[in-house]
Amino acid sequence: MTSQTSTEYETYYVPDKSKLAVCATIGLMLSIFGAASIMNDMTFGDPEAATSSWSIFWIGLFFFAATLFNWFRIAIKENIEGLNSAQLKKSYVLGMFWFIFSEVMFFFAFFGALFYVRNLAGPWLASEGEGGRMNYLLWEGFEYTWPMLQTPQEAIGGVANQITANNGTYQSAETTMAFGDAAAWYKWLPLWNTIILLSSSFTVHIAHMGLLDGNKKKFNLWLGLTVLLGIIFVFVQAYEYYEAYAHFGLTLNSGIYGSTFFMLTGFHGFHVLMGMTMLLIQWLRSVRGGHFTADDHFGFEASSWYWHFVDVVWVFLFLFVYIL
Amino acid sequence: MGDHHHGPAKGLSRWLFTTNHKDIGTMYLWFSFAMFIMGGAFAMVIRAELFQPGMQLVDPAFFNQMTTLHGLVMVFGAIMPSFVGLANWMIPMMIGAPDMALPRMNNWSFWILPPAFLLLASSLFMEGGAPAFGWTFYAPLSTTYAPPSVTYFIFSVHVLGLSSIMGSINIIATVMNMRAPGMTYMKMPLFVWTWLITAFLLVAVMPVLAGAVTMMLMDIHFGTSFFSAAGGGDPVLFQHIFWFFGHPEVYIIILPAFGVVSQIIPAFSRKPLFGYDSMVYATASIAFLSFIVWAHHMYTVGMPIAGELFFMYATMLIAVPTGVKVFNWITTMWRGAMTFETPMLFCIGFLVLFTIGGFTGLMLSIAPADFQYHDSYFVVAHFHYVMVAGAVFSMTAAVYYWLPKWCGRMYNETMGKTHFWISFIGFNVTFFPQHFVGLAGMPRRIPDYALQFADFNMMSSIGAFIYGASQILFLYNVIATIVAGKPVSDEKVWDGAEGLEWTVATPAPYHTFETPPTLDAKPAHA
Ligand code: HEM
Ligand SMILES: [Cu+2]
Repeated sequence: MTSQTSTEYETYYVPDKSKLAVCATIGLMLSIFGAASIMNDMTFGDPEAATSSWSIFWIGLFFFAATLFNWFRIAIKENIEGLNSAQLKKSYVLGMFWFIFSEVMFFFAFFGALFYVRNLAGPWLASEGEGGRMNYLLWEGFEYTWPMLQTPQEAIGGVANQITANNGTYQSAETTMAFGDAAAWYKWLPLWNTIILLSSSFTVHIAHMGLLDGNKKKFNLWLGLTVLLGIIFVFVQAYEYYEAYAHFGLTLNSGIYGSTFFMLTGFHGFHVLMGMTMLLIQWLRSVRGGHFTADDHFGFEASSWYWHFVDVVWVFLFLFVYIL
Repeated sequence: MGDHHHGPAKGLSRWLFTTNHKDIGTMYLWFSFAMFIMGGAFAMVIRAELFQPGMQLVDPAFFNQMTTLHGLVMVFGAIMPSFVGLANWMIPMMIGAPDMALPRMNNWSFWILPPAFLLLASSLFMEGGAPAFGWTFYAPLSTTYAPPSVTYFIFSVHVLGLSSIMGSINIIATVMNMRAPGMTYMKMPLFVWTWLITAFLLVAVMPVLAGAVTMMLMDIHFGTSFFSAAGGGDPVLFQHIFWFFGHPEVYIIILPAFGVVSQIIPAFSRKPLFGYDSMVYATASIAFLSFIVWAHHMYTVGMPIAGELFFMYATMLIAVPTGVKVFNWITTMWRGAMTFETPMLFCIGFLVLFTIGGFTGLMLSIAPADFQYHDSYFVVAHFHYVMVAGAVFSMTAAVYYWLPKWCGRMYNETMGKTHFWISFIGFNVTFFPQHFVGLAGMPRRIPDYALQFADFNMMSSIGAFIYGASQILFLYNVIATIVAGKPVSDEKVWDGAEGLEWTVATPAPYHTFETPPTLDAKPAHA
């Protein structure tokens, strides 16, 4: 092969054949097959029969997680060995950016559902605006408020009076998550969570500044703090869920208010957990492995972008789920 | 890791563990053909049942499973993966890149597809049967009234989405980051452009589909009420979310097809593509507009009048950039030194039939008229003109066009032309009459029909059997070419073809452009 090598060109590293993809596939498929079977046992079958589904799920998930761990380990090793050209690094940057964009669109679907229900479908159910005769025919007496304290089903006196079928009974919450008592504002958990998460975006930024200055001590300290704040957030959120179920009567069954509340905050919480794990791994890499220099720290940078993304989602949640 | 000048590994491990864009492209292409056969078999069951009025072969529940699986398999299993396969093969060769940007992820995007479809197809044998709620899986049919297999369906949709998202991220990173020096955006072949824009669409809407099926999952198993009015939700919400994905999805299907046609028509007209810039802008505007027209699928759900009007006008607007494209293709052929090899025949077939599909789309976009057309066979005719004669014809053209480059052997031209004419006739015999029965009021997704539709339906079924059979000829021709076709060794298989892929050896070596080509220089080698 004679090649007219262009002088400045660094070879783009194309990895040799690799078992990672096939292993990841096996893990992923087993775990989702297990998960689907668990749900079907729960809803359509015999919950007692679910044990083998659970084992398939756990085996698959473990295998999947181990494969991903290995995958990232190999990618990191390649970078340390100097295989990654500047061009390849840019591919990783683009990959992360568009991955985050796809996550934005996932949340967009749930926010879209929230807006649709609050501004259009809800009022129509109560015969406001274009709703026409729906209310009179199906949900007589239902009045629309948000947060919804009475579902249409409850308004007509329960599932027995219902003309249309659905998946069960919906029991709305007694208390909602909205801001209530101004005198006891400090007891309102979402406010604390907002403060915690917003400051964690600052701390991760300070860590980044430290790294750019080559100050690894500062980096480790502030990154550690960020992870800590993430953990606190998750605990507060978990406590809030406990309160919702135990004291507020707010559950997944509480009609559309409960549905949107738990799905939006739940997926956000799940993403916090993922982002926190990512940052924790970067922290361990830095503290234990001595990874990252001022000009080579994409693993950290990608995780911090993810963290900022999770933060921005929370701002929208705080605004549209809790306040407005 | 030094030496990359090696060929493929031997045996099965080559395919399982590969990171080579050509191997992965090949797997996508064969997989999608397998799905095409499977989806086609479902269609044959449908057409056999509809051959005559009355119930003859299958019971209605099974008929519904067939229409559902036919749509899902064709859209997600046949058409989409086939174009991803083409992207894998061609994009690196067209922009002078050594491979896709993220090769291991590329392999993963492919390998999760077969098990996902296995899961979906296995639902046929589950208790309660396969999903029977149509490929659009409207709630509450897909929630309250769904068979238990819906859970597996939901998860397989998740996996398909994951595959598409990873595939698109790879394409975006490749196109944005891996172009050879001098390959500016406005010099990229149109196929690369259309795929770049398609990839943006995919990354934007696949997560929305994931959101929709997740809400279904929660409604079915965890007591939420997104799609249940009793809890304050709304079944129509499902349709909004689904079509917010679904309409861009139809452009995801057709844009790469536009790209293929824009490569092939100039080659056999021996003229550069007319209006390259306007093609790029038209593609981008179609993509943008596709986000604001989704509710033209929902004119009859009882939207406020302002919504009907907005979506009607926005939909009609799409006809403008689409018209620009059709105009440019025709103008490219104008006074060209045209020849009519099989790829060109399929492209001209595409052009004529896709335009018919565009016109019926325009008819459907008129909200008051759609009250009559909606959910009738007219809609079925419309979307088969754009999806089969549009996407599938152009994909077939692409296979004939690039097959000699892929395997270094020429297909049998007579057999190719025969395949075209049988497909063309079979297709039109199948779907043209469906316009008439649709306008006369025959509903879609129904296993039986009124007597006055009998003749046209029999025609449709005969056409479908012809079209289906012609694909066996295609398969035979492709295999015969690979195994024993006449060897070709010219880099440029077609004298009018332009582009970097025609500068590498034939058959294309396992690795191409490990050193980026200089754009104007002659034979960049492998
Ligand atoms: C000129 C551009 C187009 C216009 C104005 C248009 C318009 C429409 C309208 C208004 C409908 C809804 C009909 C109804 O359900 O009552 C429809 C359905 C459909 N169109 Fe198009 N269309 C166009 C191009 C395309 C293209 C390029 C594709 C795909 C390649 C496509 C695929 C579909 C599909 C799959 C459906 C039916 C979905 C279903 O209900 O199963 N259309 N189209
Ligand atoms: Cu549409």
